[in-house]
Amino acid sequence: MSTDRIIHYRSANFWRRANPVWLVKMAWRDSRTHRGRLLLFVSSISIGIAALVAMNTLKNTMEHNIDAQANVLLGADIEVSSNQPFTEVVEELFSNLGGQRSRQVRFSSVVFFPAADRMRLVQVRTQDGDFPYYGKLTTDPPAAATAFTEGQGALVDHNLMLQFETEVGDSVKVGALTFRIAGRLLKIPGETAAAGNLEPRVYIPGAYLEETRLVQRGSRVSHRMYFKFAEGEDVTALIERVQPQFKEHHLNYETVASRKRNIGRPLRNLYRFLNLGSFVALLLGSVGVASAIHAYVRQKLNTIAVLRSLGATTGQTMGIYLLQASFMGLVGVAAGALMGTGVASFLPDVIGDLLPVEVEFTLATVSYAPLIQGLYVGLGMTVLFALLPLVSIRRVSPLIALRFSFEESALLKKEPLRWVLYLLIGGAITAFAMTQTRTWTRGLGFAVGVFLAFGLLTLVARGLIYSVRRFFPTSWSYVWRQGLANLYRPNNQTVMLLLALGLGTFLISTLYLTQYGLLDNIDEITSGNQPNMVLIDIQTDQQEELVTLIGQHEVQLIDQVPIVAMRLQSIKGRPVKEIIENPDSKVRRWTLRREYRTTYRDYLSDTETVVAGQWQGTAGDTVYISIDHSIADDLQVQIGDEMVFDVQGVPIATVIGSMRSVNWQRIRPNFLVLFPAGVLEEAPKFHVFVLRSASAVASAALQRAIMDPFPNVSAIDLQLILDTVNTLLDKVALVIRFMALFSVVTGLLVLLGVITSSRYQRIEESVLLRTLGAVRSQVVKIMTLEYFFLGFLAAFTGLGLAVAGTWALTYFVFNIPFVLPFLPLALVLVAVSGLTVVVGLLSSRGIHDSPPLEVLRSVG
Amino acid sequence: MSERTILSVNKLTKAYRSGDRDLPVLQDITFRIAQGTSCAIVGASGSGKTTLLGLCAGLDQPTDGTVTLDQIGLNYLDEDERARVRSEHVGFIFQNFQLIPTLSALENVMVPLELRQARQARDHAADLLERVGLGDRLHHYPVQLSGGEQQRVAIARAFINRPRILFADEPTGNLDADTSDTIADLLFDLNRESGTTLVLVTHDMDLAHRTQRVIQLRGGRIIADFATDEQSA
Repeated sequence: MSTDRIIHYRSANFWRRANPVWLVKMAWRDSRTHRGRLLLFVSSISIGIAALVAMNTLKNTMEHNIDAQANVLLGADIEVSSNQPFTEVVEELFSNLGGQRSRQVRFSSVVFFPAADRMRLVQVRTQDGDFPYYGKLTTDPPAAATAFTEGQGALVDHNLMLQFETEVGDSVKVGALTFRIAGRLLKIPGETAAAGNLEPRVYIPGAYLEETRLVQRGSRVSHRMYFKFAEGEDVTALIERVQPQFKEHHLNYETVASRKRNIGRPLRNLYRFLNLGSFVALLLGSVGVASAIHAYVRQKLNTIAVLRSLGATTGQTMGIYLLQASFMGLVGVAAGALMGTGVASFLPDVIGDLLPVEVEFTLATVSYAPLIQGLYVGLGMTVLFALLPLVSIRRVSPLIALRFSFEESALLKKEPLRWVLYLLIGGAITAFAMTQTRTWTRGLGFAVGVFLAFGLLTLVARGLIYSVRRFFPTSWSYVWRQGLANLYRPNNQTVMLLLALGLGTFLISTLYLTQYGLLDNIDEITSGNQPNMVLIDIQTDQQEELVTLIGQHEVQLIDQVPIVAMRLQSIKGRPVKEIIENPDSKVRRWTLRREYRTTYRDYLSDTETVVAGQWQGTAGDTVYISIDHSIADDLQVQIGDEMVFDVQGVPIATVIGSMRSVNWQRIRPNFLVLFPAGVLEEAPKFHVFVLRSASAVASAALQRAIMDPFPNVSAIDLQLILDTVNTLLDKVALVIRFMALFSVVTGLLVLLGVITSSRYQRIEESVLLRTLGAVRSQVVKIMTLEYFFLGFLAAFTGLGLAVAGTWALTYFVFNIPFVLPFLPLALVLVAVSGLTVVVGLLSSRGIHDSPPLEVLRSVG
Repeated sequence: MSERTILSVNKLTKAYRSGDRDLPVLQDITFRIAQGTSCAIVGASGSGKTTLLGLCAGLDQPTDGTVTLDQIGLNYLDEDERARVRSEHVGFIFQNFQLIPTLSALENVMVPLELRQARQARDHAADLLERVGLGDRLHHYPVQLSGGEQQRVAIARAFINRPRILFADEPTGNLDADTSDTIADLLFDLNRESGTTLVLVTHDMDLAHRTQRVIQLRGGRIIADFATDEQSA
């Protein structure tokens, strides 16, 4: 033996040995009869890429639109707002600022539509001046946007008019005045349509505000002033100059730049959520790719062994199939990326209500960066996941060419490089999640969540397969037993299918169950003798007359609650202003700047429980107040700490005597700060009445009766809350369902891929069974049953996890009772099983039609 | 017999793990084969002859002992290095032909040359297919060829890189009697023309006796090693 010859074999040039030209040729030739199948395998990744590209295209286009419409977002150069009417000093400050000015007042009130004989809580806006200075209110008819201020006209949200079947020219009663509806309000610059669904907007001319008699002491009103300056005016410098005065007078302000920032923040969160949703579909598709390539490699073992025995190296044989997967991956990913760009143009129709600006897709506004990002993310994922089964090729012994019975499957599992790939995949997922969530902890959290979801589904799927095998129903007929046994036969794809279909079912069902639970909870908490209606903004001198009016209706008055507005003046001897300006202070600023609406009484309501300290119902020398325990951390206070409140000019010193846990879900006024009796009785206040009406009819009758004599009083009833929550959930649910749809379509593509990849095996079985005397209908029945079991178990797994997930959400996040609607769950079970059977049978067609010999020869 | 040894097998043992114990398939096998000769390995099913062929060709690693092929110790090479040895020195013929189903007859034959990045692979392959009588079947896929035709393609593929040694595993095992004779004739003719060493595994004693030497196995051991009439002639 010559040592020189051994060294010779070890020193050959790598590139020359790799023989790339042959690799490409061989990959192309070998894919000859499988290109369609390979394309189907990698197409499962296309949907995820389409989703990802669509979201990012929308994001970039949105950003482009926001930049282009920056001024329009605010409608002015500066907006100044306050919860108090502007004082003379403030008005003078405004005059000194110069420029053009427009005044707006906003408040919530119930309005009445006589034509529909219905009422609705809306946001009333009065309008003076030429606001908006940039962009315009879009109305139908267009002229109504400005014309309504010239007479006693109003603009009403389009959706509200649709809902109440009201037309332009009909009337709307706002407080004590009736206005003619001058036009439908279609779009307000810088505001989302979804906001209009939650609280519809009604515009009236500012001149009529007083006559409506809606704004009285204690009413929650937002006063706004909009400024437009001459071109070239340095708004930033102007703001810097007047900022101290704004602070002194508790004035909030917003500029075009800050509005852009404020709009961008929630949008970014929406994109991130949608992107992570797309990524789940992409991951699912990637797992599908790995599974299909695994099945493909198994069918190629003999070819691999022959190539190896002819002298191909492990790298070369692996390279052939990696090239095939990558090329087909590139085709699939490119198709997905193009599809995504197309989908992006439809997205505004799906989530348009959540977007504050018009999104316009043109060649100039569409960004191509997402397309390129989609290409490399998709190709990277395809290669990483395809490598998982492909590295096993390294372990394929050329001996298989001599003896196919050689046990290759054990070797496939022992490939240590798989662990490196798992690490790489984990790293890629975490890195992607980090780019979306911007923090490594959240990125890692998402990655761990994804692994847990996939892991749990796999675990449950394996458990089910084990159970089927362990408790196999031997007494069933042959056809049923064969269909069931196919779930655990060698080379089965059961786990993969349960994962793909289960994940889709899990996402959609969790969403449905959570929405159902929330709505059911609202229904539940307002049943029995619980309050289901609240009257707000009642003045002290209106109380007596209102109580009499209520007594004439089928409505029970449960509670009369006085409300006193105040601000924090100091905490533990330190003035609030000082705490706000101290950058080291950990006190949350919102707790210092807000107006506290408090009440006083000598008892605790049934929605309150003392969790620390002792409740004292009557004030002595020291005023012991009770605060909600959740705000204590934000305020950085403890039992015994001193807090001074400014009650409309009068300082009142208090000491924290107790902390309460408050059940905020009840329909009744709850308070962050509760005073004992004997302190605030003489303070200026307004009142809230808590009622229980016997029926929706009684509730409506009372609201109609209140309108004329008490125009400032608004009613909030159960139906309104249900409608509002439902609208909000519907909007969010639509987006989540849209995202889940990507996962479901991906799941179905994986199903198609898996069935196609095992087609040869199925043909063999079919032929064998038919050769042994089975008739076509029996073979079809066996296959149908197998798909049914697969679909059923996938739906069962997904539903099981959805039930567990919903329980966790309701218990830990929403803190509401867990309810399980059985009928919809049963429907999901039937739908998923049915869909699996249909897709399975469609992709198996042709298997039983031809004579056995012809079928076997054509499979190659 | 030629003086130069092309294949040297020394105290070769192969055992497979079966549960808790080792199951010996080959035990203490030693022989040498001279370059340019032909040799048949015969034995009943399970005697270890295919395992021995696989070890000689470097398709597997022995549990003990050594295999030296054309002065290269296969034990000292990793799988990829052994693959290079096969590419440059070894030809294979399998019982079930083992043509790559997605490649045409011509492409199947070209593979060994292309692996070595040889020039004019297509022309050589076409010539060789012409030589085995398949000049009109160049672009047919395996599924379009009969068993005999497939084995001719396999023979052409085995000889295309002018191997120093050719291993054939039951080359006529899947063919009818007439076709078997034709294939055997072709195999021995080409072997003679190219001066290649031939090692074949077979059940067929008639075929074995067409080689110069027969090594008989039983229970993983050599029980006979004798020259045939072919050698004497």
